[in-house]
Amino acid sequence: MSFAVRALTRSLNVFHLGGSACNNCDIEILDALTPRYDVERFGLTLVGSVRHADLILLSGVFNTKAAIRARRIYEQAPKPVVVVAIGACACTGDIFRKSYNWDGPVDRYIPVDAYVAGCPPKPEAMLEAVVTLVKKLRGA
Amino acid sequence: MEMLPLTLQVLVFPGLLFAAAAGLVTSWVDRMVTARVQMRVGPPFLQPFYDVVKLMIKETCVPAGGARALFLAAPLAGLAGAALASTIIWRAFLARGSGFSGDVIVLLYLLTLPALAVILGSFASRNPLASLGGSREMKLLLAYELPFVLAVLAVVARTGALRLEEILAAPAAATRPSGIIALVVAVLCMQAKLTLVPFDAPEAETELSGGAYIEYSGPPLAVFKLTRAMMLFTMPVFLVAVFGGGIRLGDGVLPAVAGVLKVVGLVVATILIRNTAPRVRIDQAVRFFWGPATLAALVATGLVFVGL
Repeated sequence: MSFAVRALTRSLNVFHLGGSACNNCDIEILDALTPRYDVERFGLTLVGSVRHADLILLSGVFNTKAAIRARRIYEQAPKPVVVVAIGACACTGDIFRKSYNWDGPVDRYIPVDAYVAGCPPKPEAMLEAVVTLVKKLRGA
Repeated sequence: MEMLPLTLQVLVFPGLLFAAAAGLVTSWVDRMVTARVQMRVGPPFLQPFYDVVKLMIKETCVPAGGARALFLAAPLAGLAGAALASTIIWRAFLARGSGFSGDVIVLLYLLTLPALAVILGSFASRNPLASLGGSREMKLLLAYELPFVLAVLAVVARTGALRLEEILAAPAAATRPSGIIALVVAVLCMQAKLTLVPFDAPEAETELSGGAYIEYSGPPLAVFKLTRAMMLFTMPVFLVAVFGGGIRLGDGVLPAVAGVLKVVGLVVATILIRNTAPRVRIDQAVRFFWGPATLAALVATGLVFVGL
């Protein structure tokens, strides 16, 4: 494992991109960032600008208008960056998949590295997704 | 003490490399104390170091339509200021006769360079939120420089010296009423100089999402983070030098340890203020610094002239 990969996986800055979610996933994401889980132990910190991000969390149903913006924000992120789809909506569209303005699951226009199912998923599930991603990046 | 060639002094010890290493350790202390205040475990010791190394391997995005050269050069100006300030302060601790008359004034200017770099960088990035952050940083700079210079003036007026070594040779300022008032004002100004809560309006994650730094990514952001870490270390050292008698390195272990403890005390006080105070609006900050803080610094200077 190179030192660069080690530094990257030990210092993931999280950017949260909500696509008109019902707020349940967003609340669970915030729960995962509270002192109870203390993700700063693993170097995870929340950042406000996508330019500082290494890990983008997508939540919600991205409709035809939001999808273009989401794609643009993904392109603004400095690479390398990993993307995690949080919740059933971002992964599959869930109950909104027959909606007239649904634009398909997010991985149609943004390359997604991990999917966390659930409505909403628990903070533990999100942390497991991050751990799995980190292990994969390190090649273990 | 044998001194290195001047270039190495600026680049390695006690300049860039030393200040960077000490600054990263200080920022780990900052994050650790913050974690303890919030009853968390906190990040590992090497976390600030990982953060900087990670940014070094990330892509550098330059916003379209921004002033490219200024955007990339601004962080380096701030880094140079912090490194030079650290060099001058530590040279005064290490070797007698290494300073020059007026080096306190030079230090005051060098310590504003990081703030100026943030202002330039934010305006060069052509982002409305960054411009707001830059304009707030500029107002804050105008606000805190006045009481900060007046607080230092209280010490200069008492010792009658504009040379850091002569201030160090005199009895510590913080043992007299005038010095204590000036130190309190200077600590509050330091909080604003480091743009920490309650004076972090230029960054304000919740409303400006990173503010002045919003468009920065990769190595330039790493340089900004490093500069901030170096300032978190250099500013308390400067205050200890001016108000607290400095770090005496030539007279055995005990005075040196006492000096380091003074720096640690100031750092921890700063961190505790930042963890227990809410953010003030920029107009409240300016009113505070130009009102009560300036008045207190003037009182301190006045007390010097009546001999207190």
